[in-house]
Amino acid sequence: ARTVREPGAFRHLTRRSSSRLKELRRITKRCSVRIECIVSLPEDKLQPRDFHILFVPRRSLLCEQRLKEKGVLNSFTNIDEYILDLIPYDGDLLSMESESSFRECYLENDQTSLYHAAKGLMTLQALYGTIPQIFGKGECARHVANMMLRMKREFAGSQTQILPVFDTLLLLDRNVDLLTPLATQLTYEGLIDEIFGITNGYVKLPPEKFAQKKQGEGGKELPTEPKKLQLNSAEELYAEIRDKNFNAVGAALSKKAKIISAAFEERHNAKTVGEIKQFVSQLPHMQAARSSLANHTSIAELIKDITTSEDFFDSLTVEQEFMTGVDTDKVSTYIEDCIAQKDPLIKILRLVCMQSVCNNGLKQKVLDYYKKEILQTYGYKHILTLKNLERVGLLKPQSTMRNNYPTIRKTLKLWMEDANEQNPNDISYVYSGYAPLSVRLTQVLARPGWRSIEEVLKMLPGPHFEERQQVPTGLHKKRQPGENRTILVFFLGGVTYAEIAALRFLSNMEDSGTEYIIAATKLINGTSWIKSLMDSPEENLP
Amino acid sequence: MTPALSKSERIVSRTNDYTCNEMRKIELYEMGWNLKDGLRECLVAAAPYGGPISLLKGHNRRSPSARPQLEIYSSSGLPLASFPWKSGVVKQLGWTVSDDLLCVQEDGTVLVYDLLGGFKRHFSMGNEVSQSQVLETKIFHSPYGTGVAILTGALRFTLATNIDDIKLRRLPEVPGLQGAPSCWAVLTQDRQSKVLVANGSHLFILDNTACTPVTPPGLSPQASSIVHMCVSFSYKYLALLTDSGHVWMGTSNLKEKLSEVDTKIKTPPKQMAWCRRPKSQQPSAVVMWDGLLIVVGECKETIQYHLDDDSILVPELDGVRIISGTHHELLQEVPGACEEIFKIASMAPGALLLEAHKEYEKESQKADEYLREIKEQSLLSEAVRQCVEAAGHEHEPETQKTLLRAASFGKCFLSNFPPEQFVSMCRDLRVLNAVRDYTVGIPLTHTQFKQMTVQVLIDRLVYRKLYPLAIEICRYLKTPEYQGVSRVLKHWACYKVQQKEESDEVIAKAVSVKLADAAGIFYSEIATKAYESGRTELAIKLLEFEPRSGEQVPLLLKMKKSPLALSKAIESGDTDLVYTVVMYLKNELNRGDFFMMLRNQPVALSLYKQFCKHQEQDTLKDLFNQDDDHEELGNLYVKASYKEQRLEARIALLQSAVDEYYKAKNEFSAKTTEDEMRLLRFQRKLEEEKGELLVGFSLHDTMTTLLSVGLHKHAEQLYKDFRVPDKRFWWLKLKSLAEKEDWEELEKFGKSKKSPIGYLPFVEVCIKHHNKYEAKKYVSKVTPEQKVKAHLAVGDMEGAAEAAIERRNESEISTVLSRCSATTDHLLMERLNRAKATAVKK
Repeated sequence: ARTVREPGAFRHLTRRSSSRLKELRRITKRCSVRIECIVSLPEDKLQPRDFHILFVPRRSLLCEQRLKEKGVLNSFTNIDEYILDLIPYDGDLLSMESESSFRECYLENDQTSLYHAAKGLMTLQALYGTIPQIFGKGECARHVANMMLRMKREFAGSQTQILPVFDTLLLLDRNVDLLTPLATQLTYEGLIDEIFGITNGYVKLPPEKFAQKKQGEGGKELPTEPKKLQLNSAEELYAEIRDKNFNAVGAALSKKAKIISAAFEERHNAKTVGEIKQFVSQLPHMQAARSSLANHTSIAELIKDITTSEDFFDSLTVEQEFMTGVDTDKVSTYIEDCIAQKDPLIKILRLVCMQSVCNNGLKQKVLDYYKKEILQTYGYKHILTLKNLERVGLLKPQSTMRNNYPTIRKTLKLWMEDANEQNPNDISYVYSGYAPLSVRLTQVLARPGWRSIEEVLKMLPGPHFEERQQVPTGLHKKRQPGENRTILVFFLGGVTYAEIAALRFLSNMEDSGTEYIIAATKLINGTSWIKSLMDSPEENLP
Repeated sequence: MTPALSKSERIVSRTNDYTCNEMRKIELYEMGWNLKDGLRECLVAAAPYGGPISLLKGHNRRSPSARPQLEIYSSSGLPLASFPWKSGVVKQLGWTVSDDLLCVQEDGTVLVYDLLGGFKRHFSMGNEVSQSQVLETKIFHSPYGTGVAILTGALRFTLATNIDDIKLRRLPEVPGLQGAPSCWAVLTQDRQSKVLVANGSHLFILDNTACTPVTPPGLSPQASSIVHMCVSFSYKYLALLTDSGHVWMGTSNLKEKLSEVDTKIKTPPKQMAWCRRPKSQQPSAVVMWDGLLIVVGECKETIQYHLDDDSILVPELDGVRIISGTHHELLQEVPGACEEIFKIASMAPGALLLEAHKEYEKESQKADEYLREIKEQSLLSEAVRQCVEAAGHEHEPETQKTLLRAASFGKCFLSNFPPEQFVSMCRDLRVLNAVRDYTVGIPLTHTQFKQMTVQVLIDRLVYRKLYPLAIEICRYLKTPEYQGVSRVLKHWACYKVQQKEESDEVIAKAVSVKLADAAGIFYSEIATKAYESGRTELAIKLLEFEPRSGEQVPLLLKMKKSPLALSKAIESGDTDLVYTVVMYLKNELNRGDFFMMLRNQPVALSLYKQFCKHQEQDTLKDLFNQDDDHEELGNLYVKASYKEQRLEARIALLQSAVDEYYKAKNEFSAKTTEDEMRLLRFQRKLEEEKGELLVGFSLHDTMTTLLSVGLHKHAEQLYKDFRVPDKRFWWLKLKSLAEKEDWEELEKFGKSKKSPIGYLPFVEVCIKHHNKYEAKKYVSKVTPEQKVKAHLAVGDMEGAAEAAIERRNESEISTVLSRCSATTDHLLMERLNRAKATAVKK
């Protein structure tokens, strides 16, 4: 199909040959304020074309207005919308996949994605019942909660009588916890994302390690296409290891290997026809398990090559020093050396931002030094990126106020000295010592409640609040003793895989009494996050 | 006025072979109107489902002194509207599915009035019709809505299937048509409206494309012409009357003949209509002449009624209504259940149950006997069902009650009998009796009511402005508030806001008080109505009650209340809506006012800035200027500078940026920008002199390039000019020289002064470039802490061991140990282990 390429608003206006909508091959991902070019296609007399627009996630009047101004609105046979707010990514995970949500909210003051988040939450409530309690922290959280309460009034009278599935909704602004995404994730899934990048539940891996090792097939040629793997909890083994600290993955894999080979050995014990039949019936499952094991062993090897390197170790050491508050107030020699050797810019930015966050801002002299170093080494053009980072608070000069990070760290126990990576007893295992602030807030909310950390909450940006939504009488959940509470945690501005792992850990913890479902505007990691905040003026060159 | 009297008559006619349908005629109302000449010389149209009746007296009069009078009545003859007709000559009246009156004029113009006589709109049936004038016209209902069919003076048919979405269709010519056809009708077949035309004895079907001759199977040959035809309510059946007086009845697709009856009357009738219950086995049609009505069915015999007065027939789903100047009656086939129960000497279970109940009321033991008889045949549940069903078909509340009481009595002797049918019948009947009441005048049968649904009934009550009754019914039937009470209240409010005599405050208060508790009220619709009737202030007041900001905005814009619209849009959180208002304001206001308004609304302002960033860079500059936002202006210039190809222009833009940054008191940005300008000039100068491509490189990359081509002096100059930290410069030079494998220069550089980065990097960089020999030169210079690392890097195990032992550092010893191989470094390992042991002890 020939597509009309347009950056931004409509990436593709698609032709269809028959009159069926399913022929729409590609649909627009997000609509914003941009329509930059409209290409006129030559009239094809033999094959008249129909053009259709399907707006995702929502129809935009502005977009239609622009098309009208350009005089092409009438060329479309169908203009429709596909309301796609929250996309289920896993049994306990929803994402809006709105890439630039953090940038829009905190940098550009454009809260469109928050409106969609509120709409998505309304849909969720229409399906799973009104959520009786809403907690939140941050400006965006407040805004979303306000919109939800408002929409609730708008829909008054049309409520569905559904027993609430969720007991509580917790809305968290990403800028309440800027630190966590900057740190290198150390869970298996987190590392896959850090190193290879997971997009839409898939990862592309270098093919070498996945070459078929079978002999006699003659083909020596190595596959050149990257290996594409789907990653979710439907895969038994992956579900088991995805949230483990990477240092515990090796043991888990070898244990699994033993179980599988033991299962294959069973065939020697199968004597009767019945036993053989039973064995054969399990074969497909066992083979799937074996290939899954092979895949993950290869991935783990790929990751291990990196995690055992000196570079990785050094950088992690510095991160952990920052997080524990060591030497955060002066120029770090390590960062200096990295700049001098022109390591990837994003790595530098992650580290500098982390130092700034852990020090509640850098001394003006230190900040200017870093900035100058970066501009001289990577080019002046990054001046706008640096300004963006300052505007969202990732980089900032120290104010007269004293550094409150140590207080926050101590009160919330963000650093656990002896994190147990193999058999964790605390969420800090996901960063081998650092317990993600966002998840600590969630944990404290569940027990003993935010009242116990009032002081710390005041130090973090934005208001914190609690709202109650009236649930029709008769729909009040009567919890059986031992039955879990369900909390929906919504990260406005993105969530990392390590945070998800930490929340899953809390769900699975014995006597936690709480189950967490996670929603986010986008699944992020430090790299993709910083990238979304970068501005490169050269890209705009015609 | 007298309430409607109701009496039933039954006529049974039996012949030898055929059992004819039993018919019954129920008097619905004694008409409340007072017509001097009855229905004579009137154009009359009555809507189906017990709808309103319109009369146009003297429609052929053309003199302005005696204008015809248009009158609208309820089915019981109560006046709803009356006004003199001032427009052109009306050929036909008819009602739409939503109780609107259509008046088709001679020139093809159709005027639409509501049922209270309010003019709504008019539309034309096309030029062709207006030129050749309307000869005949029919108004019909199809699944698409209400349609109009016109036969023009040019003997061509024009059709519109839905008057709410007019698409005129001109049908093909009928061959051999010289004058008006003897009769015609509109059919709906295969989701298409077609016209059936009779020209003498020839019959044609006209659809969009063709005129097809058709022959009804088994039409008696005596006929030389078809003089009348009618199509059943469901469009399934067709009846034709020939000049020989025969009525042919069959399916409307003309594939099957059901019966043919000789009426023995050869004069053309006034009207003919189907009178058939749904699911009935037998066809029956009604033909009306002056003073005579004949029912024809399957049997040869016909049933005849005498009419005292001029009457019209109104076909219904399950019968025919007969309206005369004084009476309103319903003629229908006797429903099965009623026949079973009320037939003389009937032994049907329902009849026995009714009898049993009668005896029970009399406290007679016979009750038990009757009951026993039913129960012995296990027909009690059937008996109850029959009584309930029969009650539904009876119009007299007393009869209904008797039957329902009998049913209730029978139910007592049944266990597990599902109560739904009984309960819903009681409810339905209560509603039906209420709307059949003389003052309301909607004589619906139960069958019709089920077909039209409560929703539509509520609508019809609303059109008649019978709000309290509509609300009572909604509440009684427990219709969800959204579809029921709230909807009625909304209609009421829409009507209320049009009452001119009351003040805005009074109306707004009345509306808000009445609607306060109702869920899902759309105030915006009410406000729109208020605005349309010219009450802007009232509309704004009402909009305040609207919870959905999204709905407030378009109307506010229409009313030119743009500041309010903008703040409502922002309140909704829907950014698309905000954009809509902003774009509207941009076109509406002059630039200054527009900017001022945005200034007071930061959310809108930042969204507009986003828009400008992509679409109107110049506007963006103006906005920043207005706010004295020098920082952003500076950024804008920086961005613009990258779009310039020419260096001079680029530098000029950067200079503007510098000025803005200074104004913003952002010294750092200003200084770095100045540095960039300096660098660009330097790069260009060197490009011109040495021919190296440099412009656009970072300072770091520029120096690297210079070093790689041997321009050490120039690199040094940059290093000094831009105050590059020593450390970074050393790293840079070290790497560049190693890259070039200029080991001599590297050694010189290493010795030039004490290295600010130490000498371990020298070792490592040399090793990276596979020069162990050079690397070894720097090992001795490394600080004690890095000695072990340096030795290991060049692969000198002995040296590493030496250094580690000397430093008595346990972890370093371990590191060396881990690198030793058991076969070759056996002795060394022993030494190390010993040293480790002592180090641990310490």
